[in-house]
Amino acid sequence: MKPEELNFAKSAQNQTVMIPGKFARSMRTNLIWQFIRFTIINIKMLIVVSKSH
Amino acid sequence: MARLIVLGGGVAGHTTATFAAKWLGSEHEVVVVTPNAKWNWIPSNIWVGVGQMTKEDVTFDLAPVYAKAGITYMQAKAVSLNPEGNADSDTPFVTIEYTGQGKEGQSEDVTYDYVVNATGPKLNFGATPGLGEGSDLGDHTVSVCTADHAVHANEELKKSIEKMKAGERQKFLIGTGHGMCTCQGAAFEYIFNIEHELNNAGVRDMADMKWISNESFLGDFGMGGLHMKVGGYVVSSKIFAESLYAERGVEWLIGAHVEKVEEGKLTYELLDGSKGEEEFDFSMLIPPFAGVGLKAYDKAGEDITSTIFAPNGFMKVDANYNAGAYENWKAADWPRTYQNPSYSNMFAAGIAFAPPHLISKPMSSPNGTPINPTPPRTGMPAGIIGKAVAHSVTSLMQDGANAHIHEASMAEMGAACVASAGKGLTTGTAAAMTVFPVVPDFETYPGTGRDTDYTFGEIGLAGHWIKHILHYMFIHKAQLKPGWTLIPE
Repeated sequence: MKPEELNFAKSAQNQTVMIPGKFARSMRTNLIWQFIRFTIINIKMLIVVSKSH
Repeated sequence: MARLIVLGGGVAGHTTATFAAKWLGSEHEVVVVTPNAKWNWIPSNIWVGVGQMTKEDVTFDLAPVYAKAGITYMQAKAVSLNPEGNADSDTPFVTIEYTGQGKEGQSEDVTYDYVVNATGPKLNFGATPGLGEGSDLGDHTVSVCTADHAVHANEELKKSIEKMKAGERQKFLIGTGHGMCTCQGAAFEYIFNIEHELNNAGVRDMADMKWISNESFLGDFGMGGLHMKVGGYVVSSKIFAESLYAERGVEWLIGAHVEKVEEGKLTYELLDGSKGEEEFDFSMLIPPFAGVGLKAYDKAGEDITSTIFAPNGFMKVDANYNAGAYENWKAADWPRTYQNPSYSNMFAAGIAFAPPHLISKPMSSPNGTPINPTPPRTGMPAGIIGKAVAHSVTSLMQDGANAHIHEASMAEMGAACVASAGKGLTTGTAAAMTVFPVVPDFETYPGTGRDTDYTFGEIGLAGHWIKHILHYMFIHKAQLKPGWTLIPE
């Protein structure tokens, strides 16, 4: 069974929320994709930090 | 030679003192008064609370660092301020009471030319019956507000895990312990780190997990939430927060003011005025914050505490404290210089300054109980404010009363925040976020209050790597190791 089926079934609160599927979950810990995101997030953070000092 | 006294050695105080000492050199004296012997990188207490770090990993001794920086270190708590001196002298002074250095309990008056109040918060556990007494944690719940609290929290967590391994279900209740709390982010991190650890221990299916907080919606975080661009949409943090809670199997109870905590249960009031009870086997509830209770006296010895400090104990600065109703609030209400309006040689930084009002929309139950998060001013804003105040005081000490006063309004600065959702080199995740500005500016950005080009957030392993790297970077910086000035606040 898909994990999101269990998530939606768990409580009435969950019925109207956005729950990630298998692909979105796997990308969160995919080393190649996360290394790319690491670079992008750092650049974004540095821009905000530089605008704040 | 002039003397600057910095009260407090947390993020704001340590930043102020170390930069002021560097810029002033031996020409002037910098004194730090803090009751603590150790510096604590508080964001990593979360990992101590789940056994992924030790107390030693997140703390270090202050004395050698201040000795290296040429800072006079007094391990003491500030008791009162006399900004006009007393009957015998016009020189302002701080009365302190030692908590270490072999002088425990002794009082001393320390004169100053400039003072920066960066005392941080009093952890006001006593505001909720059963949560604790005064600033002391009670017996029914745990805390991750200090490194020692986090060590204790981990010990209790391990007991719960052992019970689950023995077949006994456990109910985890994590969140805020009062209707006026801030720091929801710490509780957010703790509940998801526990969830991660329970998965690692193979007992997640034996745990019922619930979030309880004073936020009117998930993802408020005391900042009125944030909107970010995702997939071509501009989306509220509520959507992503609810998504994460649902995905990780955590129920939520929001708009809640915890009225009373007892052994294994608490009672609460909700924004709709209804009341209820929640049972738990393990609970971590963030206490509300208050000022540390500094008193102030004029030259004649009259109590002027209410002139210097707001009713919640935080120091008044150059904010607009007469903004009135929510509809009248403006970004310009927020302070820029953190200079006390009554005494120009007195500043406040970090949590110690009195905010002009909430950031989140004020709310109360039909019974009149205020239930809304109070404004966060920790982390990056505390560091930036501390550095700006150090700049101002340094300029005043070197160039005289007409020197340039530096500015750092939270309504004009952004912040980067990384909230851990589980630790692990390849399995960890964290929500990496930036907001710009911290305090929404609805005159410039009438819809979201913030610039959506610079406000974003996403969860993943990359966020965890960043959080872990920041742990080492900020401890390196705080220890004044080579290159420390190059690391931004």
